[in-house]
Amino acid sequence: MTLSHTNGPGRRGTSRIGALFAAPYVLFVLAVFAVPLGYTVWISFHRFYFTAPGAGVDSPWVGLSNYRDVFTDPVVGRAFLNILIFLVINVPLTVGLSLVLAAALNAKLPFRSFFRAAYYVPYVTASVALVAVWAFLFGSDGLVNHALGGLAPDPSWLVNTHLAMPMIAFFVTWKQLGFFVMLYLAALQNVSRELYEAAAVDGAGSVRRFFSITVPGVRPATTLVLIYAIITGANLFSEPYLLTGGGGPDHASVSPVLLMYQKGIEQGHPDFAAALGIVLMVFVLAVSLLARKISERGD
Amino acid sequence: MSTPTTESATPAPATRETPSPTTGRARTGRILQLTVLSLGAVAFLFPFYYMVVGSLKKTTTGDVSGALPGGFTTANYRAINGAISLGRSLLNSGIVTGGVLLCTLVFGVLAGYALAQLTFRGRGTVFATLLLVQTIPFQLLMLPLYALVVRNYGLGDSYLGMILPFAINSTAVFLFRQFFLQLPASLFEAARIDGASELRILWTIALPMARPALLTGVLLTFIGPWNEFLWPFLVTKNTDMQPLAVSLAGFLSNLQGTVANPTGALLAGACVLALPAVALFLVFQRHFTHTNIDSGVKG
Repeated sequence: MTLSHTNGPGRRGTSRIGALFAAPYVLFVLAVFAVPLGYTVWISFHRFYFTAPGAGVDSPWVGLSNYRDVFTDPVVGRAFLNILIFLVINVPLTVGLSLVLAAALNAKLPFRSFFRAAYYVPYVTASVALVAVWAFLFGSDGLVNHALGGLAPDPSWLVNTHLAMPMIAFFVTWKQLGFFVMLYLAALQNVSRELYEAAAVDGAGSVRRFFSITVPGVRPATTLVLIYAIITGANLFSEPYLLTGGGGPDHASVSPVLLMYQKGIEQGHPDFAAALGIVLMVFVLAVSLLARKISERGD
Repeated sequence: MSTPTTESATPAPATRETPSPTTGRARTGRILQLTVLSLGAVAFLFPFYYMVVGSLKKTTTGDVSGALPGGFTTANYRAINGAISLGRSLLNSGIVTGGVLLCTLVFGVLAGYALAQLTFRGRGTVFATLLLVQTIPFQLLMLPLYALVVRNYGLGDSYLGMILPFAINSTAVFLFRQFFLQLPASLFEAARIDGASELRILWTIALPMARPALLTGVLLTFIGPWNEFLWPFLVTKNTDMQPLAVSLAGFLSNLQGTVANPTGALLAGACVLALPAVALFLVFQRHFTHTNIDSGVKG
C-alpha cells in the first residue's frame, strides 16, 4: 500500500473539527467490527442462545467447552479441508492464468479494451446470478454433460462427492480472475523495461524472459493474490450454499462460514458458531502469515 | 464482502508496452497472444451469452439447441416477475445500495479529509485501524452482528439493518484520504486565513476537485451492496423486504415448481440482477480498470 507521509497535513489544521469529521467512521468501526469481535469472544466462552430482547435467559460460563465441540466435530474438519482444497486449486490457477493473460494484454494489441472488459465482467456480476448459469451449465442435464456424452461424470458435477468442492474452486477462480488480471497488469508496469532489453541482447527467449524477469518482478502482486485467495476461501458462503445445495453430498463442499450459518442460525447453537468463527480467524491469520513468508522467501 | 476490493487514488501510469523485436518470430508471438486472449474471452463471456439466450427461450433446455438463438419469448421475465415481484426486489436493492453509497460518500469524505488535511488526537490510531479493518473478513463477524442488529436492536426486515454493516466502506475512506493528500495544504491554508470554516472549505474547495475520486468511490462501493447475498439473507425474513439477490436465491432454492419454465425464469432473474452492475461497469470501464487497482501492488 502507498503510505505517503511527505505531503502531510498542515500543522495548523484545527484539531477538534478533525476528530469530529472522523467520529462517524470511528463509531462505525466500533459498532461493526470491535463490538461484534468482542461479543464473539464472549459468546464463545458461554452457553448462549438467541433470545428476544429482554427475555431473561442465563448464559453461563462454560470455559473451553464450545471449542472442544468445534475441534471434535468431523464436519468442521471437513470444512477446513475444503478450504485447503479450494486454495490448492484456486491459487496456482489464478496465478498462472492471470499472469499469462496479463502478459498477453500488456502488449499493443487490437481490441485490448474489449479483452479487458471481457475478463472483468464476471468480477462485477453478482454471485447469485452467475451461480444460476453455472448450475444450468453443469447440471446433470446441462450443456457440459450433453457435450461430453458418455464421458460425463456420474453423479454429475455439482452433486458428486469428489467434484463438488473443485467445482466451487473453479467457479470462484473464473469469477475473480479479471480482478487479478488487472492487478498483474498494473504490476507489470513496475517491471524494468531495461531488464527485458538486456535479456534479449543476451539471447534469452520469450519463455526464459517470462520466468526470469516477469515472474519475480510481479512477486508483490503474487503475495496479494495469496492473501486474497485465503480471505476468499475463509469467506465462502454463497457458492457452497447455492451452487451445491447447502454444502454438497456428505458435506463435500461445506465451508466454515456455511457451517457457522447452519449451526448458529438454522440449528440454534450460536456459541458453537462463535467458537468456530474465532478458530477460523486464527486459521486465516496463520495461513496468511505463512503465505507471506513463503512468497517472500528468496528475495 | 466476499469479493476483494481495490484501493488507491493514484492513477496508474500510462500502459507501457513490452518491447517487441521486429523479427518474424514477433508475428507468431502476436498471433499466439491474440489466440490466448480470444480463447479466454470466450470462456469468460459464454456463460453471459448462455444466460441471456436461456432467459429468452420458451423451454430452456440444457442440450446444444439451448445455446442457439431463436424462438424467443419474454414469458420468463413475466414468470419471474410473478414469482418474486421483481419490481419490489429491485426497489429494495436500490434503496439498500443507495443508502450505502450515500453514507459512504458523506461519512467517508469527512473521514478521508480529516485523515489527510487535519491534525487531531488519535489520527494515527484511526489510520492504523483503517488499514486493519480492511483485512478482517466481514463474514467472520456475521453471527454477533446478527445477534446485535436483529435481536438486540430489532432491525430485522429493515433497510437500516441491511445498510448498517456496509454503511461506511473502509476502502473508500482510504481512497478519499489518498486523494485529499495529493491536494496542496497551502490551498486550504489560504481559505482558513480568510476565516472559512472547515466544512465550507471541504464543500467549496476540496469536493469539486475530488470528483474523480468520488466517482471511483461510487463504482467501488456499488457492486458490494448490490451483489451482497449473505447479510441481507440473514436480516430479511419478509419477502417484501428482500433485495433481488436474496429473492432470486429464494427462488433457486424453493420456488422453482411454481412456474412453467423454472430454468428460464431463473436465468431471466439473473439477467435483471446482473444488468445494472455490468452496465455501470461498461459505461465507466476506464475508471474501474485504471484508477484504483495498482496501489496494492506496490506493497
